[in-house]
Amino acid sequence: MRVLILFGMLVLRDLRLTVRSGADSATAVLFFVVTVAMVPLAVGPDAALLSRLAGGMVWVGALLAALLSLDRLFQIDHEDGSLDQLALGPLPLEAVLLAKAAAHWLTTGLPLLVAAPLLALMLQLPAAGYGALAATMAIGTPAISLTGALGASLLVGARRGGVLIAVIVLPLFVPLMVFAVGGIEAALSGSPIRPNLLLLAGCLALSATVAPVAGAAALRGALR
Amino acid sequence: MPSRVDDTAGSGDASKSMIPLTPTLCGENLSCLRGDRLVFAALGFAVAAGGALLLRGANGSGKTSLLRMVAGLLPPLDGRLLWGDAPIVDDPAAHRRRIGYLGHADGVKAQFTTLEMVSLAARLADPRQARPRADQALADLGIAALAPVPGRYLSAGQRRRVALAGLLAKGARVWLLDEPTVGLDARAEAALDRIVARHRNEGGLVIAATHRPLDWPGAETLAVDRFAPTAGAAA
Repeated sequence: MRVLILFGMLVLRDLRLTVRSGADSATAVLFFVVTVAMVPLAVGPDAALLSRLAGGMVWVGALLAALLSLDRLFQIDHEDGSLDQLALGPLPLEAVLLAKAAAHWLTTGLPLLVAAPLLALMLQLPAAGYGALAATMAIGTPAISLTGALGASLLVGARRGGVLIAVIVLPLFVPLMVFAVGGIEAALSGSPIRPNLLLLAGCLALSATVAPVAGAAALRGALR
Repeated sequence: MPSRVDDTAGSGDASKSMIPLTPTLCGENLSCLRGDRLVFAALGFAVAAGGALLLRGANGSGKTSLLRMVAGLLPPLDGRLLWGDAPIVDDPAAHRRRIGYLGHADGVKAQFTTLEMVSLAARLADPRQARPRADQALADLGIAALAPVPGRYLSAGQRRRVALAGLLAKGARVWLLDEPTVGLDARAEAALDRIVARHRNEGGLVIAATHRPLDWPGAETLAVDRFAPTAGAAA
């Protein structure tokens, strides 16, 4: 019980920090909207083509948008000394990483999840695809935050982390994207989407177990 | 401030402890490697309850490294750290609880007010009576008036005081202070001397790295550069 309260305090701390820095929380969603809005301009207003691309483009946009805030996930706390205090706090670094990932999901993943159907509408995603899009985003975005937190922890203390994080984390996002877009395709063609959702859930379970342990090890290395 | 329960009592073989009532923090035969440079070797120290240890030495002699080692953030290359007679690595959670660390960086957040930062430190350590402890810590450092001010408007000296207030609010048994007087004016230095004296009176331990002479009664001095390995010593 006490652990949960402490965990909640850490999540709330990060939520407040992000919300109060204003621009940060809105940037990811705006970036998402702008990137996806470029697609019709780039490929032309052909409704048939757009509706075929819609699921994939929304997912690519969401993955890129989620990257934006990741490089600062631990970097700022490391630079201003707060990470030392978190490491000496009541919870082990594994829990700190989980709390950071949870706060990242609430400030980035959740807004992306809400914006995704609207952007899909703009790209003429057929009606059959919205349920699958929402389901894949709901399972996929927490996995994005967890995997991203692992990537961010590896880059604590590195110069130019912002560029490196894309190189490190995007390949790890590939399975998520493949299963998610596969699920949307399946829904559009009338096949069951369950297998893809289960595979996505598997990715989530894997990231939820590996990311805290591996990320905490990386953070300990960075704090030496 | 509520004094912490003696946390050596929990260890099973407390009966045959060599240091029965007053737990001692000691380091034995410690060596530290930074990059490929051996910073110090065969370093030993001991601080008893109520004691203070001042680390002296040139830049790069390893004062900060030693403090981070004692905090448990930097594992020693060789040697070990003991609380009472139990190695600190045996129970990292208990060790984290007893360590209050003031590093070079103050951990001040631009978006948080002074009160929020200090009361978060207090609540994370112990949710009971957190707000009164935070208020008391602010008053002790003479920054009660800064309570509603966000971190972005604080001067360097004020940030240092906020960090000290956070340390005080945590209520840890062992204080590790890295150049605690940097940025502090004369009144704040006096406040620091007062809270350190009170902490030691309550059975707390203090290890501080400093260039300034700190006038703490009964404090021992450890010259860290004496433990520099002769071959690579940066004299």
